[in-house]
Amino acid sequence: MSLEARGVTAGYGGTDVLVGADVAVRPGEMVGIIGPNGAGKSTLLRALTRRLPLRAGHVLLDDRELDRWPRLALARALAVVPQTATLPPGYTVAELVAMGRTPHQGLWRPASREDREAVSWALDHTDTRHLRDRSAEELSGGERQRVVLARALAQRPRMLLLDEPTTHLDLRYQVELLTLTRHEVARGLGALVVLHDLNLAARACDRLAVLSAGRVVAQGTASEVLTAPLVRRVFGEGVEVRPDGERPLVLPRFGGT
Amino acid sequence: MARALPASRLLPRRGPAPLLLSGLALAAVAALAVAVGGVHIAPGELLGALLDGVTGRLHGTTDTIVWQLRLPRVLMAATVGASLALAGAAFQGVFRNPLADPYLLGAASGAGFGASLVLVLAGSVPWLARLGVPWAAFACALATVAAVVALARQGARLPTVSLILAGVVLGSSLAAATSFLMLASRDRAAGILSWLLGSFAFSSWDGLLAMLPLALPAAALLLLAGRSLDVMQLGEEAAAQLGVPVESVKFALLGAATLATAAAVSAAGVIGFVGLVVPHAVRLAFGPAHGRLLPLSALWGALFLVLADLVARTVLAPAEIPVGIVTALVGGPFFLALLRRQQRGR
Repeated sequence: MSLEARGVTAGYGGTDVLVGADVAVRPGEMVGIIGPNGAGKSTLLRALTRRLPLRAGHVLLDDRELDRWPRLALARALAVVPQTATLPPGYTVAELVAMGRTPHQGLWRPASREDREAVSWALDHTDTRHLRDRSAEELSGGERQRVVLARALAQRPRMLLLDEPTTHLDLRYQVELLTLTRHEVARGLGALVVLHDLNLAARACDRLAVLSAGRVVAQGTASEVLTAPLVRRVFGEGVEVRPDGERPLVLPRFGGT
Repeated sequence: MARALPASRLLPRRGPAPLLLSGLALAAVAALAVAVGGVHIAPGELLGALLDGVTGRLHGTTDTIVWQLRLPRVLMAATVGASLALAGAAFQGVFRNPLADPYLLGAASGAGFGASLVLVLAGSVPWLARLGVPWAAFACALATVAAVVALARQGARLPTVSLILAGVVLGSSLAAATSFLMLASRDRAAGILSWLLGSFAFSSWDGLLAMLPLALPAAALLLLAGRSLDVMQLGEEAAAQLGVPVESVKFALLGAATLATAAAVSAAGVIGFVGLVVPHAVRLAFGPAHGRLLPLSALWGALFLVLADLVARTVLAPAEIPVGIVTALVGGPFFLALLRRQQRGR
């Protein structure tokens, strides 16, 4: 199942934050969205999840206009890991992950065997089984994001959108979270992830799309996209790009050096 | 570091045990409340009287006291308590705020104003007298909440903050209007005040039968809403992403909770504290998952109000204290103790 934005324009009030954006994610592929603050990354994600009405263009999931998907079918196909998820205190990890089954279970039906299996599978694949009886407020930052990922995976989606999922995590958990996600991508999941860290994006993603001032200015593999002229044009002169095989390194550069 | 076990974990939180034990506790308290009063009824007599009623052969004063006075009163207190606590749990869940209570959207101020109008003007306006206090209170409670929703809604959306603001503002205006009515007709002020503080002194089978057709469907809908309320705790955006029709769920739950509240208030006046504190106490004791929280709130709300009414009619017997005063005086310290214990458990 693929997700495709074609010429998407969206915004707030009188301004278009995103203009004519084209992005596509295919199954078994992880696409990174990078770009400076205010470039329209979060707006793109909102447009891709029907939270923001499109002013022009189309969003197609499985070649079908997003607006024409029934509510529950869409929730079964598409899951979201937000930047900072609310984990209400007092609920156990097992209860929180089980909430990911809502689109399959509906609001009235009790959990089926399939639901329980999906929750169990998600706990195993995110290394959160040992946390299952802990309550939300007892978790560390890294554990919280793993639990949120577990909830999204319990949805058994075909397409996963992650909005800066590594923002509050240290390096170890950043790598861990993206490794867990890649693991599912290798099994056929499509993933679109907004990332701030260019090097992390270059190493974790199959393809990158660069957003600048609301437009997609480059798309391709890390070595195709992260060229010195483009990175300087988008992020300013204070960066240096060092070629490092397939995945270039982007480093900060301070005056005079 | 060893973590102290929270107090809540000492109670069984899973399976049918909490519900079963709470149900038994409610039955025991209800039996006690029927037995105790101006005339004390021994357990054997109580059983006999109950059997007489079931078989339809009522005779003697004990049967009359049980079936005509105490039983309708206890059942009314239980129904009102369950309705208020259930509505409170729903309001707190929808607004994701533990300070929300069933009166947040103006149901109490509306009911109070409606009741005051009848109490003050019944002598001069015959149709108000025919309407009667309960129905006037019920109609004004519903009308107030409907006005609050109409003021707050933006298209199909019902933003929480505007809803609370509109509720608080309209509620204050109506409370001011009620105060004016009380001052303007001082001979009725005591009657209005005692209605506002709540009482079960005039409970009857007729009153109970008028309330149940409103309270039962509302309660049924709320009891089925556990899962949607759980998911709503993730935030409205996350809930929508999981396929929950957030705005429709909000409308339905606030509608059902308002119906339950209006029915309760019209039957017994504005009884505070139950709807705010019972769901809170249940959450502290049994955890926040709504599949347990909603039915347990109903049971403990019923138990709490039956007990409060028992206190209200016995401590200064033969005089009665308004039950709303008892709920706050007795419930307050109990709740604070529970809160302290929970905090120390952390």
